[in-house]
Amino acid sequence: MNWQPSASLASLREAARLRRSIRSWMERQQVLEVLTPSLSRAAATDPHVLSMATDDGRYLHTSPEFPMKRLLAAHACIAAQTHGDSVLPTQLQLPELSDCPDIYQIATVFRSEESGRFHNSEFTLLEWYRVGMDHLQLIEDMSSLLKHVWLAFDKPWPGLETRRYGEEVHRRLGLWPEQLDTGTIEQYFLAAGRSYPQAIADDVDAALDLFMDEFVMPEFAADAFTVLMDYPVSQSALARLGQDDDGRAVAQRFELYFGRTELANGFHELSDAAIQRERFEADLHKRDALDVARVPLDENLLQALETGLPDCAGVALGLERLHMAVAQHTHISEVISFDDQRA
Amino acid sequence: MANYGTNEFKGGLKIMLDGDPHSIVSNEFVKPGKGQAFTRTRVRNLKTGRVVERTFKSGESVESADVMDTSMQYLYSDGEHWHFMNPETFEQLAADKTAVGDAALWLMDEAVCEVTLYNGQPLAVTPPNFVEMTIKETDPGLRGDTATGGTKPAHMETGAVVKVPLFIEEGERIKIDTRTGEYVSRVK
Repeated sequence: MNWQPSASLASLREAARLRRSIRSWMERQQVLEVLTPSLSRAAATDPHVLSMATDDGRYLHTSPEFPMKRLLAAHACIAAQTHGDSVLPTQLQLPELSDCPDIYQIATVFRSEESGRFHNSEFTLLEWYRVGMDHLQLIEDMSSLLKHVWLAFDKPWPGLETRRYGEEVHRRLGLWPEQLDTGTIEQYFLAAGRSYPQAIADDVDAALDLFMDEFVMPEFAADAFTVLMDYPVSQSALARLGQDDDGRAVAQRFELYFGRTELANGFHELSDAAIQRERFEADLHKRDALDVARVPLDENLLQALETGLPDCAGVALGLERLHMAVAQHTHISEVISFDDQRA
Repeated sequence: MANYGTNEFKGGLKIMLDGDPHSIVSNEFVKPGKGQAFTRTRVRNLKTGRVVERTFKSGESVESADVMDTSMQYLYSDGEHWHFMNPETFEQLAADKTAVGDAALWLMDEAVCEVTLYNGQPLAVTPPNFVEMTIKETDPGLRGDTATGGTKPAHMETGAVVKVPLFIEEGERIKIDTRTGEYVSRVK
C-alpha cells in the first residue's frame, strides 16, 4: 500500500493552471461549459475501447461524446422551432446558430485494461464541439487553444505540422490503405527486422495501427505537434466520409500528436442516423469476431441524429497527456494525484 | 503449464517463445485511442543470452517457462563442470560451460550465486554482485600515486583481468563489481 500521491504539488499546480487556461479560452470563445452523466445504459461500441460495467447494469462512459451530441441536437431543435418550421436543425444558418451554442466539457472518463506510461484507466478528456465548423476549421480552432495554453505556461510555440495518413502509408508501402492486406504489411515488418504479431491474423486495421506506431509516428517532430488527417474509410469511427485532394475517399477525421504521443482525436461529425447505426452494428460484429462482449447501442443518440444534429466538428483531447507535453513529464503518474496503482 | 496474458507481463517474467525460455526485460503498452492495443517487449533468450524485441497483440497469451532462480553455493570445478550446492537441501548440481559462461571468472570461495534452473537443469549462473579476490600478477605499484587516476591490468586467480589503480600491489585483496568487471576498492 502506498498512501502518498504519485504527482508532486508542483505538478498539481500545473494541472490547475492548465484547466484554468482552457476555461479562459473557452469563455473568450463563447463555448458553453456543460456536464453530462458519467453513467449510461448504453456504451461506446468501438471494439478497442472497453467500457467498465457497473453492477446495476450500466456503463461508465469512455468519452462524453454521445450525450454532448444529444445536447447539440436538442439545442438545434429549439433554435429551428424559434425560427420557424421551414428551418431544419441540420440547416441552421447564422443568426439562428446563436441559439445552438458551441459546447465543451472537461470530463473524467474510464477505459478498461488501459495502463502504461501514457495510459491510466481513469483520465480526463477535454471535449468540445463547434457548430458550423468542419474538421479543417476545427484543426485551426484546436491550434488556437494550444497556443493559448503554451502562452499560459510561458512556453514558446513548438509548431504544428500536418500529415496525411494515406500518404504516409503510400510513401512506404507503395499502396493506399484501402489496397492493403496484412501480408503486405507483415512483409514490410520482416524486411525492416521488426517483430510482427501473428495474432493480427487478417485484421488490416490492427496491422495499420502497429505500422503507424512502428514506422510513421517515430518520424514525427520530437517536441512539436503533428496533425495526422484523412484517415482510411475503415477507421472512420464517428466521422463523415469525404475526399482528399486527389479525390480518394477518406474519413474526415484527424488526430493530434505531440512528438509520437497521441493527444486528441477529432471528427467532422457524422450526422446520418442510418449510417451511424450501420457503423454501430459493424462494431458489434467486430466485437464478436474479437471475442469482446457486446454492449447496448445508444438508441438515444441515434434518435437525436434522426431529429437532426447540426453540422459540426468535435474533438476529444487527453488533458493528462497535454499536461505531460507542456510541462515535460515522462510518465502519466506524474500528472495524476493518485494513479491507478494508488487509487 | 500456466499461461500469461499480455496484461500480466512485467520485467523478469519467464515465458516460452519459439521453444526457448525467455525472460521479459521490459514491456510497453501501445494503444492508439481508437485502435488495437499491443504490448511491445524486449525479451532475453535464457539459453543464448540474446535480447530481442517482440510485439504481442493485447489479449494474446503465452506459456510460462518452468524457470526458477535459486541461490546456490559454488563448490568446485572439475574443468568440465562447475558444481553448486543448495545450502538448504544440500542437493548438488553440475553446470556446464554454456550455463556458467563469463560467471566462471568470478567463481571461488563458496560464492553464493543465483542459478537459473530450467526444467530442473542449470541454465545460467549469476555471480554475486561483488566478490573479493587476491591479485596474482600485476606490474609493480607506483607507491603514493593515488591522484593521477591511471590504471593497469591485474590478473586474478580465476583468470579474470581487472583494471586497477596504479598504486595496487601484487598479492593485495580487492573488491570487484562482477556486473561491470570493474575494480571497486582495496580490501584491508
